[in-house]
Amino acid sequence: MTPNTSPYLSPNKMLNWSKKNLFSSWVNTIMTVIALIFLYEVGTFFLNWAIFKADFINNFRGETITDRTFCSKNIEVGQHGACWAIIFVRFHQFMYGFYPVEEAWRVNLVYAFLPFALIGVLFDKLPLRRVFLYFTFAFPFIAYFMLYGGPGLSVVATNKWGGLLVTLFLGVTGIAMAFPLSILLALGRRSNMPIVKSICVVFIEFIRGVPLITLLFTANVMLPLFLPEGVKPDNLLRALVAVTLFQSAYMAEAIRGGLQAIPKGQIEAAQSLGLNYWQTTRKIILPQALKIAIPPIVNTCIGLFKDTSLVLIIGLFDLLGIGRAALSDITWTKLYYEVYVFVSLIFFIFCFGMSRYSLYLEKKLKTDNS
Amino acid sequence: MEQNFIRKLIFDEKTRALLIQTLVIGIFAVLIYLVTKQTAYNLEKRGIGTGFEFLNIAAGYDISISLIPYDSNDTHLRAYFVGLLNTLMIAVCGCFLATIMGFLVGIIRLSSNWLFRNIAYVYVEFTRNVPVLLQIILYYTILLHLPKVKQSIIIFDSFYLSNRGLFSPAPIFKDGFSVVIGSLIVMIIFTFFLKKFLKKKQELTGKQYPIFLINSALIIFTPIFFYYLMGMPLEFDHPVMKGFNFKGGMVIRPEFLGMLFGLSIYTAAFISETVRSGIISVSKGQREAAQAIGLKANFIMRLIIIPQALRVIIPPLTSQYLNLTKNSSLGIAIGYADLVHGFGGISLNQTGKAIEIMLIVMSTYLTISLTISFFMNLYNKAVQFKGNI
Repeated sequence: MTPNTSPYLSPNKMLNWSKKNLFSSWVNTIMTVIALIFLYEVGTFFLNWAIFKADFINNFRGETITDRTFCSKNIEVGQHGACWAIIFVRFHQFMYGFYPVEEAWRVNLVYAFLPFALIGVLFDKLPLRRVFLYFTFAFPFIAYFMLYGGPGLSVVATNKWGGLLVTLFLGVTGIAMAFPLSILLALGRRSNMPIVKSICVVFIEFIRGVPLITLLFTANVMLPLFLPEGVKPDNLLRALVAVTLFQSAYMAEAIRGGLQAIPKGQIEAAQSLGLNYWQTTRKIILPQALKIAIPPIVNTCIGLFKDTSLVLIIGLFDLLGIGRAALSDITWTKLYYEVYVFVSLIFFIFCFGMSRYSLYLEKKLKTDNS
Repeated sequence: MEQNFIRKLIFDEKTRALLIQTLVIGIFAVLIYLVTKQTAYNLEKRGIGTGFEFLNIAAGYDISISLIPYDSNDTHLRAYFVGLLNTLMIAVCGCFLATIMGFLVGIIRLSSNWLFRNIAYVYVEFTRNVPVLLQIILYYTILLHLPKVKQSIIIFDSFYLSNRGLFSPAPIFKDGFSVVIGSLIVMIIFTFFLKKFLKKKQELTGKQYPIFLINSALIIFTPIFFYYLMGMPLEFDHPVMKGFNFKGGMVIRPEFLGMLFGLSIYTAAFISETVRSGIISVSKGQREAAQAIGLKANFIMRLIIIPQALRVIIPPLTSQYLNLTKNSSLGIAIGYADLVHGFGGISLNQTGKAIEIMLIVMSTYLTISLTISFFMNLYNKAVQFKGNI
């Protein structure tokens, strides 16, 4: 076989490709040159800072970095890049917050089983999907027991939780609790009963009209006012209430979009078979509507996951809050960019993963319909 | 008879609906009654009264950024208006910048140059998958670590960028400048009607007029003419280094810049996606048909592609504006004195009137959101298909 007939990386093909995509006209050529210079400058700067000139565990003298004075960039100013030691030294806090070190295995176990609780929901052609779905329903109880403690396990109060644990807890629990609520809201908004309908409309539009931070404030300040004296929900629970209500309104709108896309004939056909409202909704309408609504629902989930970072304003230590706490520690202060880049990266991995999943679904749905 | 009634309750749709709604109202009434009673009891126990009289008490705190005169002796009500204006200011500036950046990036995403296209793609993916709060804090941190005032970065000899913000010349309007502004407004209204008139004439006679050229010339040159006629009634007060800080000119504080960059860079990524999908949504046949009747490239873009793309772009654009406005409440994280930071934060802590203040703050945001939706819906109606569909 001659190299020219190979479909990959033949010099001719590459030449044609670059002619078409990079040098099709003189304007295009200038743009390519500008872009290359830009990429070179930014790329070398960033790579040098983040990797080649950076400290990880040891500094350039080979000493282990235990506080910021050991960072190479603080010894030889202007010669070195990032000092990632802050991440390594405080890794436990970034992952678990102030969770006791000897109990961290419980969190790890929950982290490890979280994917198994999710795949049943995410992929519908999974073998043994039913088993996975049962596990999904059992998971919240297992996770609560493992994280909070109970008989046989020591209790770890939620004010010790932090970092990725709080971010994931708020994100996953908020989404899971908002989902049934949002279905009810979406159905209520399309209901024929004027009072039910108006309550749902007012709720959804109110939540969507105000910033999440005001809801968090309200939950934080006012929830204790509303409740009897003995009942004192802890801070994490208050934030969870606000996050759930917030998410349910946005999710309800996504589901409403799906409901609207179902042709009326479907309902009429179901009714003519003698199905009542709940049978029609559960067996005919919702399966189709949710399928259409999954991509926008995932988008609201990405939004919520990012918005969990707002809880730092009401004093919880989520991933970003833990990062800020690390920066306010005298021994590590001023390593802003290291912390912010690391936290961004974690958020990016989760959100980008979710958006890829939503794209995959959109593609799958398209082939299903045509 | 009785059995019949129960039957009706279960199987008759109307009676059932009535029953459910009565139940819903009942549950709500009981809930509201319980919560109100409990809240009143809790408030009394903590010695917090209710009512809005606190709005007339002196606020007692300073606000760093204020569009209207304000000092710590002013009332909470005035502090509210200062915060509201700051929120509106960052929202308007943010939407403006985000729209420009978003359209630019959206068009670059469709560029024929592979490198440009993908640099824009990387920008979009990185900014929209990282929390806006984190970005605001990051940009604010960068701004705070700019060189000190003495080593300011000088831009065009009159702007000084340092860790205390951007110092720029302040315009001083003398008498007669109102004439210049007036002429500008008159010209904008005049060109609006001129455009309609010329368009009608074009439809009747088939003769094309360089409408855009005429109108831009009118809008630009008439105020300049009046500016010179009135004896140049505009001067600039340049910032001058005195001691450890600048004197004169005006300063844009790093809190504002951080918010502006954070909000607009984040929102621009979303807007660019709506712009891209809007332009893609215009079918290929439209462009080909336009080419077939001999329209030039810029006419195809202006007359065929953009009007149709706008129909798709406007609804999601509206929700991006709403998101940006709501996200402006994150100013509290970096100390930008918006509604939530000043009135919703400091006033609340000082007076303890949590219910009243949160009520005011929430209804303010609700009003802003509804107003934006209302105007964008009007605009949306104006660009939608007209006629037989």
